[in-house]
Parts: sequence; structure tokens; C-alpha cells
Amino acid sequence: MIYDIVILGGGPAGLSAAVQAKKDGVENILILERDRELGGILNQCIHNGFGLHTFNEELTGPEYAARYIKQVVDLGIPYLLDTMVLDMTDHGETKIIHVINEESGYMTIETRSAILTMGCRERTSGAIGIPGYRPSGVFTAGTAQRFINMEGYMPGKEVVILGSGDIGLIMARRMTLEGAHVNAVCELMPYSNGLVRNIVQCLNDYDIPLKLSHTITFIHGKDRIEGVTVAQVDDKLKVIPGTDEFIPCDTLLLSVGLIPENEITVNAGVEMDNRTNGSIVGELRQTTMPGVFACGNVVHVHDLVDFVSEEAVLAGKGAAKYVKGTLDTNVTFTTANGDGIGYVVPQQVAMKNVEENVTFYMRVRQVFENKVVNAYIGDQLIATKKEKKLLPAEMVNFKIAKEVLEKYPAGEIRFVVEEAQK
Amino acid sequence: MKKELTCITCPMGCQLTVVDKNDDGNFEVTGNTCKRGPKYAINELTNPTRVIPTTVVVRNGMLPRLPVKTAEPIPKGQIFEAMKAINQVVVDAPVKIGDVVIENLLGLGINVVSTKNMDRC
Repeated sequence: MIYDIVILGGGPAGLSAAVQAKKDGVENILILERDRELGGILNQCIHNGFGLHTFNEELTGPEYAARYIKQVVDLGIPYLLDTMVLDMTDHGETKIIHVINEESGYMTIETRSAILTMGCRERTSGAIGIPGYRPSGVFTAGTAQRFINMEGYMPGKEVVILGSGDIGLIMARRMTLEGAHVNAVCELMPYSNGLVRNIVQCLNDYDIPLKLSHTITFIHGKDRIEGVTVAQVDDKLKVIPGTDEFIPCDTLLLSVGLIPENEITVNAGVEMDNRTNGSIVGELRQTTMPGVFACGNVVHVHDLVDFVSEEAVLAGKGAAKYVKGTLDTNVTFTTANGDGIGYVVPQQVAMKNVEENVTFYMRVRQVFENKVVNAYIGDQLIATKKEKKLLPAEMVNFKIAKEVLEKYPAGEIRFVVEEAQK
Repeated sequence: MKKELTCITCPMGCQLTVVDKNDDGNFEVTGNTCKRGPKYAINELTNPTRVIPTTVVVRNGMLPRLPVKTAEPIPKGQIFEAMKAINQVVVDAPVKIGDVVIENLLGLGINVVSTKNMDRC
């Protein structure tokens, strides 16, 4: 049997894409999930704050996942659990997905279209190269989250957290609630990499100090971590001599960034974007390989799951159009990041596939106040997005209407941060 | 009285300014982009509350822990007392989302409910 769409990953992106493709009339869909249940990372994110955009109510991660899992089950979309995708190969009209699981061993699955929703993984201590020893007690924040929230293990009692990403902030509160003492959250940059609301409700609520422009210069302890040396950095991120301070701890959590998990994508020969570490995608999240779509954190790291679900709807629509042979492949616009902008997704737009508007997701490179993001085609200003404050931690959603874009035959849409016009 | 707050109701994180001109409890809130902002700000100054998401021990489930939350926000000052009470609880699978795990937590009239469907296995 040849499937119409196979979805690589049963997290929020995969579930939402599957639901949309099925609603658009695609019959033979299969979701492949490596974990023992659907829902992906949401299963360990037991905190509240999910779904305010999508459902207009505040849900926890497992509750948000359950909403989509119910839709998948109600729509009768089949899925395989405990199933690891090893590789995907392109055979023109179809793709072959190579998978392994306990029941069937190695097997191949043939499909017309594939949606890549593998999500992302955390950067580890190896990736940031902290000097010192390599004792036990050093965890990524997400690993500690899984231990506490799902497995029921407490990683330690005296904690230091490096990196102020959202998972780090959430874990500072979580460990405090479970009786640990969080000494400090250290952030290399002069601003936090987490959402402001998480600084307020996770750190300020519990008097946990946030040390901005601080990093860890040494890990102490040979078997178990005994402490860390923390030092201040200057505006070039170089350690300032004489500012070091020893903080005793039995646990160090790292919340130092996420990397889209794209080994399968790269091996398959899909074209990548080194700004996002994800694939190059179009308005319906089509990659440069016909029939292959990608959405969610595997394309670019989102800060809200609501936007992942929203993006996955596009991929579900796109894959359904591809299966039906109605997806237009003529690229009208490419996008570019100008001053102040780190990346823009999608990187390409085929206008014939656009319904009402195109939402461009982007991140700024630094903190800006009272600036605007302007979109240009050539010298022509086509749209402006006002923001009181632009933070690298908060993704900018820039929606441009179809009729605005339609005025231009082709070209490059360039996004820049500029002074607001009075 | 004048106070600056960051709204935590949603991830927008609006910067709110609360002014109580005559210190008589007539709060004027600015900086919000939706109607939840003023409600949060006034609540935060008079009776700050938080929803507590945590876990309880579950037996015969797929996992050893079941995620739960307080069905309503509870007073900030009682968070650790609440954690103590919640950590005493042991439930048996199967459990459905919304099943009450603790009734009337600390006499607050607020239940603790499951946030996950967990089958027996």
C-alpha cells in the first residue's frame, strides 16, 4: 500500500497537520511517533499557559495535547507508537520511510507525501563547552523536567540554572515547588531569552535571582557536582576578571538553546537554511523536495505551541493540495532578513497557493524599543508592524494581506527594523 | 499610588501601569491590550493568585506520575501549603482529564484536578 501522507512525529505539529490534511479530504494518513504516546514534548510540559490563542483558554501541556489527540482519534487517523524513523529516501513520485519498532523490526513505508514534524532537541553541556569537571548532576532543563514530571525522580536539592530560556525558567519554579533551592539563573546575554511572563511568575514570584550578563566559568566536583564558578561578562561577552563567585550546588540545569532535529531532512537532500537550522519552506511549508513538507520546531524554534499548531495547519493544507495535484510550484517571492532581523519563515511564497494572507514569522537579533518592522519589495514599503518592544525571545508574527502582495509580480520581500515614522 | 506590572495572563506580557489616585481602591489600569489585563492587575494588588500545576503519584498507570492542577487560581501565600497537601495524594489509574484528585484543597473551595488521561496498564 502507498500512503498519501506520512507524518514523521506525533507531537503538536504532527497532530495538527494530520487533522488538517484529513479535514481537507486526504484518506490514507499515517503518523509515526517514537515515544510511547502521542503528544510529544507537551506531555512533560505540565505547566499552564498553553492554548490561549488556539482555544481561548489556559491549558496545561498534556491538556493541550489531549485536544489534538482526541481529534486524531475521532477522525480515525492511524498512528504507530514506539516507532523510530531511521531515514527517508526520495524516489520521485513517492518517498520511502525507513522505520524500526519492537513489533515489526525494520520496515519501509511508501508514501506520496511526507510531513516532517520531528521537533527540536536541547543543546547540551558538550555544545557550550564549560570548563571544569564532568560530574553527574548536570542536566539539560528538559531532561530534568521529564524526570520530575513524568518519571517521578528529583534531580537534586541545591540548583543553579544556566540560560534563561523558557524551559530553564519553568524548571526554576518547578524545582522550587518540589522543595529544591534554586540559587540563581545565569544568563550570558544582557537580556533574558525567555518570555517576560515567565520571568515574573517563575523567578520573581519565588525570589530567584536572575543574573544577566553572567556565565559559568568552572564546574566543580569529580563524581557529583559540588558547585560552579559564576562570573560577569562584558558587552563583548568576555569574562570580567575578578568578578567570579563560587556557588555551591548539587545540580546544574542547562537551558541554553534548542536545535531543530533535522538529520533525516538533511540526509534526504532537502535544502536547509543555516539561519534557522531548519529546511527552507514555502507559504504552505513545502520544502524544496516536491511532496515533502515541514512544520513546527523542526523548521524554526517557536516560543508558543499555538503558533506551532497554526503553522502545522498550513503544512496539512499544503500536503493535501500536493496529493490532489493542486499545489502550485511557481515561487513568486523570496524573503530576506535585513537590519535587526535574524531570520524569516517562510523563505519562499507561491502566491497562487495563498488564501487571504501570509504570516511571516521572524526573530529580531537584539532588544529594540519603540521601533517598527518594515517590509519592502525593492524600495517600496509594503507593510509595517508596530511593536512597543521587540525581544529576541518573542517571535514576531507579521501578517501581510494577499491583495497587498498581489500588487507586485515577483521579487524579494525584505524585513528590517527601523525607526517609527512620526 | 502607582505601580508597574507585567501581565502574566497570556504570553503577550503587556506592561501595565496601575494608578490608585486617592488610595481608595479605585484602580486605573493602562498598557493592557485586552480586558484580562485590568482584572489581573487589580487582583495582583489586592489578592494575588496562581494556578498550581504539579504532579501526584499514580499507581498502575503508564507512568509513575500524573500531572494535576488547581482548577482555579489559589492565593499566592498558600502555594507551599498546597504543595504539601498535593504531595500526600496517591491515585489509581485509569484517570481522565478533569477527574478530581483533591476536593476542596485547604478549605479554599477549589479542587485539584487531573490534566492527563492515563489508562490502566
